[in-house]
Parts: sequence; structure tokens; C-alpha cells
Amino acid sequence: MSPEPNAVDTLIDAVSAVFMVVGALMSLAAAIGLLRFPDLMSRMHAATKPQVLGLFLLLAAVGLQLRTWWVWPVLLVAWIFQLLTVPVSAHMVGRAGYRTKHLHKELLSTDELEAVVVKAAKAARDSEENDGGM
Amino acid sequence: MMELVLTVTAVALALAAAGAIIRIARGPSLLDRVLAADVLLAILGAALCIDMAVNRHLNNLMLVVAVSVIGFIGSVTVARFVADRREQPNEP
Repeated sequence: MSPEPNAVDTLIDAVSAVFMVVGALMSLAAAIGLLRFPDLMSRMHAATKPQVLGLFLLLAAVGLQLRTWWVWPVLLVAWIFQLLTVPVSAHMVGRAGYRTKHLHKELLSTDELEAVVVKAAKAARDSEENDGGM
Repeated sequence: MMELVLTVTAVALALAAAGAIIRIARGPSLLDRVLAADVLLAILGAALCIDMAVNRHLNNLMLVVAVSVIGFIGSVTVARFVADRREQPNEP
């Protein structure tokens, strides 16, 4: 055989090795962020690293190592479902964290939810007063 | 080369799992624990992927797909029913 396939094999192995190491370091970065960041919102920022980019890199490493074309659609399905479901849980956790005040207000640069929450609380209070009056 | 990659990733993932478990144990709030459990699940998926890539098999592929499809249900459920039980809201 010509030396060409071996060179290509070595290149693919090197790329997938880099992907695996970087993907594992994403998990490590998330753990360090979980331990060192001060409140729930900033910990959520760190937690998304292995869930999206880390999983992408590792699935790409699997696809590169197996060298069969039909695994790529399955890996793509896994990654797309991860992209669809991670924002749902992050939205729910973030909303619950805001409502139960698990955050440092002074660390926020903008707070777009505050006006909505104040308005909703005022509306609820008004309707309660009206019910009590009648 | 694959042995070296396996060692490096195993050490990194073990340290990451230890950090996530420390955050689960320490809290301080229920939502922090849920978030750390999500990260632990992501680390588990990463370990499954690395096992598949290094040993060149596909035994864990359906498990990885299932984790990515239904892994969010737990944290959504807990976040839906979480309540604030502290006396002073801004003190952790």
C-alpha cells in the first residue's frame, strides 16, 4: 500500500486526540467554575461548556475514530437533541433561581426581568385587593 | 498516542467529577445541586464518548443519545417545584 493512507490515518488520529483532550478539559473547566463562581447564574454559565461544546468535540472524535459514514447522522441527532434540551433546563433553573433570589443583584450588568416581575406582582396585589373589596 | 490521550482525559474527567460532587454536597441551594448534577451527567456522557472513541466501538452510542434526549427532565422537574425556605433571601 502507498504511505498516503497511513499519513491520513495519523492526521485523523491527531485531530481526534486533540478533540478528546479539549473536550475533557471543558468538563474540568465546568467543575472549576462550579466550585469557584459566587452565585447560581455565573455557575450556570460555566455549566454549559461540557454540555454543548464538550459534547460536540467528543462526538466528533467518535466519528473521526470510527471512520464509517453512517455514525455521523446518529452523532448529529445526539448533539441536536442536546442543543434543543439544554436551553429548556437552563431556562427553568434560571427562572426558578431568579424567583427564589439565588443571585447577587450587584453582579448583574442588566436585569430585564425585574420590571416584568414587579408588574406581575403589582397586578396580583391589585386583583387580590379587588377581590377582598367585593 | 491513544494511551496518553486516555490517561489525560481520565484524569481530567475524574477531577471534574470530583468537583461536581463537591458542589452537590456543599450546595448551598437546591438549584446549585441540580446544576451540578447536570454537569455530572455531562461528564458521564463525555466519559462514554471517550470510551467509544479510544476503543473504537459503538456500544454506548444509544446511551449517549438517550442522555442527550431525556437528561433535561430531572432539572426541569426540580426547578418547577423549587421553593425558597430561607429566612433572609439574599444570605446563602
